[in-house]
Amino acid sequence: MKETVKGRAFVFGHNLDTDQIYPGRYLELTDAEDVGQHVMESADPEFVQKFKAGDIIVAGRNFGCGSSREQAPYALKVKQVGAILAESFARIFYRNAINLGLPVLICPDISQQVTGGDVLTVDFASGQGVNARTGRMFQTEPLSEYAIKIIESGGIAPLIKKEYGSG
Amino acid sequence: MVNQNQHAVEKILARAAGKPTVSVGEIVECRVDLAEVNDLYLQTIRSFYDMGGKQVYDPDRITFILDHYAPAATIQQAENQKQMRQFCLDQGIKLLFDIGSGVCHQVMVDEGLVYPGMVLVATDSHTTTHGAFGAFGTGVGATDLAVIMRTGKLWFRVPEVVRIELSGTIPRGVYAKDIILFIIGNLGADYAIYKVVEFCGPVLKGLSVSERMVLCNMTTEMGAKASYIQPDETTFEFLRQKVNRDYQVFESDPNYHYSAELSYDVSQIEPQLSAPHSVDNVAPISRFEGLSLDQAYLGSCTGGRTEDLGVAARILEGKKVHAQTRFVVVPASRNVYLESLKLGYIDTLVRAGATLVTPGCAACLGTHGGILASGEVCISSTNRNFPGRMGHSGAKIYLASPAAVAASALEGKIVNPAGYLEMN
Repeated sequence: MKETVKGRAFVFGHNLDTDQIYPGRYLELTDAEDVGQHVMESADPEFVQKFKAGDIIVAGRNFGCGSSREQAPYALKVKQVGAILAESFARIFYRNAINLGLPVLICPDISQQVTGGDVLTVDFASGQGVNARTGRMFQTEPLSEYAIKIIESGGIAPLIKKEYGSG
Repeated sequence: MVNQNQHAVEKILARAAGKPTVSVGEIVECRVDLAEVNDLYLQTIRSFYDMGGKQVYDPDRITFILDHYAPAATIQQAENQKQMRQFCLDQGIKLLFDIGSGVCHQVMVDEGLVYPGMVLVATDSHTTTHGAFGAFGTGVGATDLAVIMRTGKLWFRVPEVVRIELSGTIPRGVYAKDIILFIIGNLGADYAIYKVVEFCGPVLKGLSVSERMVLCNMTTEMGAKASYIQPDETTFEFLRQKVNRDYQVFESDPNYHYSAELSYDVSQIEPQLSAPHSVDNVAPISRFEGLSLDQAYLGSCTGGRTEDLGVAARILEGKKVHAQTRFVVVPASRNVYLESLKLGYIDTLVRAGATLVTPGCAACLGTHGGILASGEVCISSTNRNFPGRMGHSGAKIYLASPAAVAASALEGKIVNPAGYLEMN
């Protein structure tokens, strides 16, 4: 995991569900490139054109609610999202994102402090961030030790492989 | 000192973790009694191999259920299912339920795979359903499931429990679906994130297993990790016909401290409706009466059981659905299909104009079997009305009880089902 990330913010509201992040009609796709093409399609059809590697998702409460589909965080990973900052996460999305090694950070009131296009910098070690437009600092909640271990291993698959070997 | 204030769910997790007790917030690694994979999740197999997997930890504790693409509508879906069947064959996984078996949650119950006190993990968010049997059921993604296939275990944070007591008398035309929609509307879509939602109170005693499953199934839509109903005579009577194994029933200690205790008097609840595009956007159905419908959909792990087809058949007996409204019926499982055939429900519904779809998930998640066009309006007995859930993002989905779906199909517009039940 990078120690700091700097990117433009894409802001979403509360309860953004996984059907909007990755519509059900594309769940049969398995090629990474194909999956990435449909990210956020129901929330913002032009998202995939506008979003650049390293950009940051900012959202309100309960981000990623709904279906257990891992394709939702996977599609964001394929597009190389810099970080996802939300006021809270739906639990399956949160687990899936950590398992894939994605930095998902809980940050109170963040959706009120950021406007789309703001440039944010986040330091993962301290959890501190700053909004370049407003100059305002923000503090994310620390990740659990186990989550950090998974993210630092590059996801849970490499971690399990390391711990259990082949068999 | 042994903790004397444990919830039944904590006792289930402690047993599975091989510990005397557990406490809220603790991370525990639990033995998973049954792990289920559905056909949206080819990634499960890929992640298993990425983890260095060669042979699954225990093939008898894994089940594959091909329900979301049943039967395959595209070559890609067919390819994914083909690889899953091959994986089951290679790994000696005997619990493969192929297309036509039905929605995973109903199939597992029909097949006697669900029992009190178990830890059940599936690649489907509605795994909370199995709290109806006193099981700890929770949904995960593909890679978590692969961890179970590889190691037989998975980590969990021991959750808080919210207790919801239901009292009063259920009015005519009101079902478990209306009760849970009312509660979700009241508490919001993120009320129970990371928590277990337990239902109790005098109303439970009179609720069938099917209706209990609806309550537990829909707790996912308030963010719950799992759900719980203490098994009672109704549960045991049902399980006697299905489950052929020993199981342990856990009970909560009287001094257990709930994170919240709520109560609802169901006597005051009218038939409810969840309006687009969020499940917690709930109002009495009367507020939407008269809204024209393009489709009415009866099915899913929420609203496609034999009782659901039964109430629809009662409303539609000898009648025809409205000419401008399509009525799509999807039995939740083969067992539901066969029971409904035997009871004459299928005959009644098809004669009334229903389009019958193979048991499975079908259009509930917008893959096939009744997809909506732009601007279309649908009333549905399913569990989600997010934008694009059943097809075009511009379609509108109203969630309601199976009775409301059937009565509305008849009229071609949203109606309160209460009056249609009195006529019979």
